[in-house]
Amino acid sequence: MARITWSYFAAPQRFYWLAGKLVPWFAAAAVALALWGLYVGLLVAPTDFQQGDSYRIIFVHVPTAWTAMVLYVAMALWAAVGLVFNARLAFMLAQAIAPTGALMAFLALWTGAVWGKPTWGTWWVWDARLTSTLILLFLYIGYMSLRAAIEDERRADRASAVLAIVGVVNVPIIYFSVKWWNTLHQGASVSLTKAPTMAAIMLQGMLIMALAAWAYCFAVVFARVRHIILERERGAAWTREHLPANVVQPATS
Amino acid sequence: MNLYWKSVDDFLAMGGYGPYVWGSFGVVALAILVELVTLRQQRKALMLLNPEGDEP
Repeated sequence: MARITWSYFAAPQRFYWLAGKLVPWFAAAAVALALWGLYVGLLVAPTDFQQGDSYRIIFVHVPTAWTAMVLYVAMALWAAVGLVFNARLAFMLAQAIAPTGALMAFLALWTGAVWGKPTWGTWWVWDARLTSTLILLFLYIGYMSLRAAIEDERRADRASAVLAIVGVVNVPIIYFSVKWWNTLHQGASVSLTKAPTMAAIMLQGMLIMALAAWAYCFAVVFARVRHIILERERGAAWTREHLPANVVQPATS
Repeated sequence: MNLYWKSVDDFLAMGGYGPYVWGSFGVVALAILVELVTLRQQRKALMLLNPEGDEP
């Protein structure tokens, strides 16, 4: 029996099994946390003195924005691991993250725009944060397009990995944009070093929804990576168990 | 915990910001639905592919 270390699960077959075990837990957590978060944010939390009830968009805007950024970093990290260790599972994870990251980035932009109109008077402005978040979306789409454009899977892995890694510089730009430049987007209300500047119940709702978004992304990305693994490893004997019996397997001679 | 709203109508109206709030939460819900449906389609497609990635 092999010693169980992290690298044990670097084999696509074993990770396929592990991800399969984890998906239901993440999915259940996502549902439970979302229900709780929506209860707090939409039913219990009071209105905002300045913004009225439009502020409640924060309960989806911040979670999607945070996950869009963190998923990109994760994607870039797996891309780097793939390049350094020539590990195809790492490339598969990066590949699995991209669509969800793109979706989160789009939702951050959409909810931000819808919040922006009644509150700050505009759907859009080309300030540092909004622009760099739009670039984040373009990077995700660029990653997926580049993959799709290259026939050879391994070359696609490597080319898109380079794009992911180069683009990661955008993430700290998004994060520090409200500090470095004069932006319409407000500054940080939540920090590691200072007390939050929002009411406790609102912060609570926001954090619960952030965790819900997290759990959701884990569930969805792990589910997707299992599909990617099956598709890319379909020549291997172990996949026979998971693909239907009438699927023709390659001749062994 | 006490509910903030006095009635369902108040809740849906969101203090006059109803279209904005529900326009946000609604699109998020829709996006999640699209993602889940897409995953399901991927699953279905996969179960019909042979090792070369073609229809058998």
